[in-house]
Amino acid sequence: MKEVLLIAITAIFIQNIVLAKFLGVCPFLGVSRKLSTALGMGGAVVFVTTVVSAVTWAVYYLLLKPLDLIYLQTIAFILVIASLVQFVEIVLKKFMPPLYKALGIYLPLITTNCAVLGVALINIEKELSFGLAVVNGFMTGVGFTLVLAIFSGIREKIETSDVPAAFQGISIALVAAALISVAFLGFTQLAL
Amino acid sequence: MSAILIPILAIAGLGLIFGLGLAFASKKFEVKVDPKISEVREVLPGANCGACGYTGCDAYAEAVAAGDAAITLCPVGGEDVINSMAEVMGIEAKAVEKMVARVNCKGSWENVKIKFDYDGIIDCESAATLYGGPSACAYGCVGMGTCVKACNFGALVLENGLAKVIDEKCSACGKCIEACPKRIIELVPAKSQYTVLCSNLEKGGEAKKKCEVACIGCGKCMKECPFEAITVKNFCAKIDYEKCKNCGKCLKVCPTNAIHKFVPHK
Repeated sequence: MKEVLLIAITAIFIQNIVLAKFLGVCPFLGVSRKLSTALGMGGAVVFVTTVVSAVTWAVYYLLLKPLDLIYLQTIAFILVIASLVQFVEIVLKKFMPPLYKALGIYLPLITTNCAVLGVALINIEKELSFGLAVVNGFMTGVGFTLVLAIFSGIREKIETSDVPAAFQGISIALVAAALISVAFLGFTQLAL
Repeated sequence: MSAILIPILAIAGLGLIFGLGLAFASKKFEVKVDPKISEVREVLPGANCGACGYTGCDAYAEAVAAGDAAITLCPVGGEDVINSMAEVMGIEAKAVEKMVARVNCKGSWENVKIKFDYDGIIDCESAATLYGGPSACAYGCVGMGTCVKACNFGALVLENGLAKVIDEKCSACGKCIEACPKRIIELVPAKSQYTVLCSNLEKGGEAKKKCEVACIGCGKCMKECPFEAITVKNFCAKIDYEKCKNCGKCLKVCPTNAIHKFVPHK
């Protein structure tokens, strides 16, 4: 139990996928304009990172490692992620139309979200067990959602404030993101 | 040899398994979609403006295909879209009149007096909450271009602090009507050339003091109109576009030049 908690806090706060690892910055800037879309994207990412963690773990330890093909992990994981997202989309469309509609465009977008590939690679790098890999995948998604939600709130404020012309748009968003990143640096001092 | 063959086989095998899995899944979990939906959707302009009352072109297409919605609700596409939709659905098309939006105000900077210098957010809604906006006329165009921003088709321009509609680009979606805090934009038939471009409901003298081109409600146009298309209510003339025959007599007698002639386009 302690291990699970440790992984959760690490994935969400200390090693946050966006603010500490700088992965998934594209959707982070792209869909953080409104809280509702941010939460939609976050939900889809949580879902996919969890499933992807499980499947990539299996592919790595049951296929690549026995065959001594570890150097193929990147391409194999991309294959897994792409087909998995497709599969999830098909299944959701059939069995959970409301969820499918809510996630909408974000689901296919996740295929190209490097945070998802990042989670799969981190799981292997940390040599996590199957259960912990799934937990890590889920918690990383939660961390991503949290940051997206925080940032969408900030961007809604920026929208109505007087930003110098040179900083308008993506520039001020990057500056704000950097400031949150610095704020999250404080979590590294947590004694775990 | 095997150093190359094994990885190729492994990745190809993985790809094959996933490919077959997806192919199988897409057949097994196939959701039957009415082919009419996509056909109707294809005909629609895809602007997703919501003028039909649905959340977007997709939703409208679904409603049309299900027979829940009339095919005439899309003002953007006009007759062409209705005709092609009628073809898809197998119903007879009825022509709808082409409409355009018009800003019922002529109070540009040279015409209307200014109450105060406004130095806030450039947005009509915000400006209007401050003593009704910088323009002396509480009824007229605020001139901050909120309607211009709301328009998805670039059909509105701001000229000297007054919003104007470019008829050719206007698709009558009604977004600007909702955006305007003064509610002075309305949809009129595109063929009607004459419009009273004033929304001021104050007495003639009051209105004239604030704006050079205000309608003072004198009623000259009402008397002049041979078709009884003009009524004056609350010191502001209004043209009934169903009765108006575009004769132009009202324009000639208007003492303040509040009636404006629009050149019709094809």
